[in-house]
Amino acid sequence: MTLRDILNKLLRRQEASANTARERLQLVLAHDRTDLSPDLLDQMRREILEVVAKYVEIDIEEGAVSLETEDRMTALVANLPIRRDTSGAIKTKKPIEQPIEEQEISS
Amino acid sequence: MATNTRIILICSGKGGVGKTTLTANLGIALAKQGVSTAVLDADFGLRNLDLLLGLENRIIYTAQEVLEESCRLEQALVKHKQEPNLALLPAGNPRMLDWLKPEDMQRIVSLLSEQFDYVLIDCPAGVEDGFKNAVSASKEAIVVTNPEISAVRDADRVIGLLNANGIKPTQLVLNRVRPKMIASQEMLSVEDVTDILALPLLGLVLEDEQVIVSTNRGEPLTLSGGTSPAARCYTNIARRLQGEDIPMIDPSKEGPGIRDKFKRLMQTKIF
Repeated sequence: MTLRDILNKLLRRQEASANTARERLQLVLAHDRTDLSPDLLDQMRREILEVVAKYVEIDIEEGAVSLETEDRMTALVANLPIRRDTSGAIKTKKPIEQPIEEQEISS
Repeated sequence: MATNTRIILICSGKGGVGKTTLTANLGIALAKQGVSTAVLDADFGLRNLDLLLGLENRIIYTAQEVLEESCRLEQALVKHKQEPNLALLPAGNPRMLDWLKPEDMQRIVSLLSEQFDYVLIDCPAGVEDGFKNAVSASKEAIVVTNPEISAVRDADRVIGLLNANGIKPTQLVLNRVRPKMIASQEMLSVEDVTDILALPLLGLVLEDEQVIVSTNRGEPLTLSGGTSPAARCYTNIARRLQGEDIPMIDPSKEGPGIRDKFKRLMQTKIF
């Protein structure tokens, strides 16, 4: 938070555009770099959740699978909140972060 | 045969970001430093390198005639009058695009590398055949981009293709940087772009009206050894290519007036 941000909030002005540009770029590049369409990503998300759901009870609605990019490395990050394990003991709903596959995208 | 010839592709993906201007200015700056340099216009569809160098009236033969073996390489090369270390190999007729193959491009470049220390290839925009032909003949690359969302996205695509083709090293030149807009956070900063593209920064070029004046005249800014902001930046890039350790210009220190000081105060992180 910078002085400018506070001033903008007080005056209800628009946020400086460089931040918006950075965020939009990071999102669009994560998809460009993998050639995965949002549809495919969603299908993959559902299938991953189905597999995991065989072993532990997870919150299907809360589960998120996303692509994150850092230093030209793109990682598939699944965030799957577990309800309880199969033995019936209730697990805390603390989300676990689990990089499923990491691969360098080179095209 | 000069085996250490540096064959550098100057590319960007997006058009109009400053590939040809960079090629012309780097060519002149390198020649001024005493290294023999050839600039090759690989943009056969929309050639312009001849214009920026002011050599458009001296073209007799082009890369096309060299490939057809209807002239020798020496006959097609256009030597720059003030900087005889620099020669241009002009692009041929746009119809060359119909038959030009990667092997043709490799042949031209290998002929040039027999005579020159540097071969700078001005790549066409896009990622289609013209780009692929040029990549096939290159060893290293300079990716030019602007601090704009579309230029950065296209640069990312090109970097992916260069990596896949084993082009190394690939370095970044950030062109048309406006320090005032960065200070007011209305332009992606140098760090933003280098973080996103994850390429080593070879140099940045400040936005400068003199670039337009110089293209009007066909005299690259580096030719007269001028001190305009862009001229300094181009010369620095040439010196870094030659292995000199030249510190990067800090955009936030360019033109520090009372307004800029206020702007910097405004972007101080307080929590």
